[in-house]
Amino acid sequence: MGASVKYLANVTSLKFFSDTCTGCGRCVEVCPHAVFIIVSGKKAALSDKDRCMECGACARNCAFGAIAVNAGVGCASAIINGMVTGGEPSCGCSDAQNACC
Amino acid sequence: MKNVSCCGPQTKDTSDNLPCCTKQEAPEIGFIPSIVSRVSAEWTWMDYLGQIRCRVSSFRNSYTVKPGLYAAGNPDKNSDVFVSANYKMSFDILRRALKDINAWILVLDTKGINVWCAAGKGTFGTDELIKRIDASQLEKTVSHKRIIAPQLGAPGIAAHIVQQKTGFRISYGPIDARDIRRYVEAGYKATEDMRRVKFTVWDRLVLTPMELLPALKGYVLYALLIFFIISLKPSGIIFKDGLANGLPFFFLGFLAVLSGALVTPLLLPFVPFRSFAVKGWIIGLFFTFLGIKNITIATPTTAFYVFSWLFFPLASSYIALQFTGSTVFTGMSGVKKELRFAMPVYISTAIISFGLLVLFKLNQWGLL
Repeated sequence: MGASVKYLANVTSLKFFSDTCTGCGRCVEVCPHAVFIIVSGKKAALSDKDRCMECGACARNCAFGAIAVNAGVGCASAIINGMVTGGEPSCGCSDAQNACC
Repeated sequence: MKNVSCCGPQTKDTSDNLPCCTKQEAPEIGFIPSIVSRVSAEWTWMDYLGQIRCRVSSFRNSYTVKPGLYAAGNPDKNSDVFVSANYKMSFDILRRALKDINAWILVLDTKGINVWCAAGKGTFGTDELIKRIDASQLEKTVSHKRIIAPQLGAPGIAAHIVQQKTGFRISYGPIDARDIRRYVEAGYKATEDMRRVKFTVWDRLVLTPMELLPALKGYVLYALLIFFIISLKPSGIIFKDGLANGLPFFFLGFLAVLSGALVTPLLLPFVPFRSFAVKGWIIGLFFTFLGIKNITIATPTTAFYVFSWLFFPLASSYIALQFTGSTVFTGMSGVKKELRFAMPVYISTAIISFGLLVLFKLNQWGLL
């Protein structure tokens, strides 16, 4: 049920360059929304791009530079924060300074 | 080895000015048995209480464990190494999942933030992992070169770079720690289902207190403002009237908070349209309708109705849009697109609503 919720279509900044893909399968391993599949054991392909939430796991873990995505937080208050301060969208919730130990 | 509940022994590179850590003696780095704390898979009532407090308050901002290497059960040189964050809830969920499994837990310093958020921030990251592997002398603790990192940590960790720098090969474990046993038993293979992040009604419910709290803070400000405006009379401020005449505003405003921060998140998959702003607006319309039907309005002016139908559904919409920060599937480009459209609507509505309140007042005073 939860996994079937989809967000806005045709907005993701995800780009896949098939040429440099070696089919190692890391992207399939890391993507929490099954955006990638391995086609006939050879190369990755996008199965459902609109599920992408731009977390950036695939691009960071692609050793061959076959994936690019403008990764960031999909969080309204973080983005509003960024608009107000003129900086990058940043979650106030993870800026705890008083880390114990 | 020691049993340590909150913090392990100190290492040189972390701050030590907090009460829960100050009593620990500082052991030397490199002598493996002394830097490892053994942890239990069982949760005490304190652990349960801590989890609840994290869900409902800012207690979460200081709920940490000490970064470093921990022993779950009786691990040896061949045991698996699991990586976690130093947010205590993340750590607790992992150690509970490792019941009857002898393993090492390598806790990264994520400033007390959970794995996924910290990975997005980069604190659960390549550099920190490499540093922890070195600092804990993992290559002396285990004789193999395998590390199991949580899949949701992948946005911060470049597995190939960690392997280049340390020799350890990262496998990403399942998303839900409860699947770890099946993952290990299947020969470190996660099923497709284990790799998909879920967002059940329960998952959404536990997130709503942290939606309601900030929304209620805003609500208090709104209620005070309304109370003040309603109390204003040509003859001065009469607070008795403010309470009585303000009631519909307080009631409808409270419904908007519930609609945006609780009902929309819970019903998320069932509310039409993909935009959170629209979902929140639709539920807000419904609640405004219910509210207006069920309350007696002392001065049912046109200005009041226009204000209500305009303001409350959009307040619900704004609050619902904040939930994008808690979901598991909204991306930055999508939220930006929503905001480009929604922010001008919210801002102009706020201005128009204020104008309508003035009209409402003038009407009340018989000046129109």
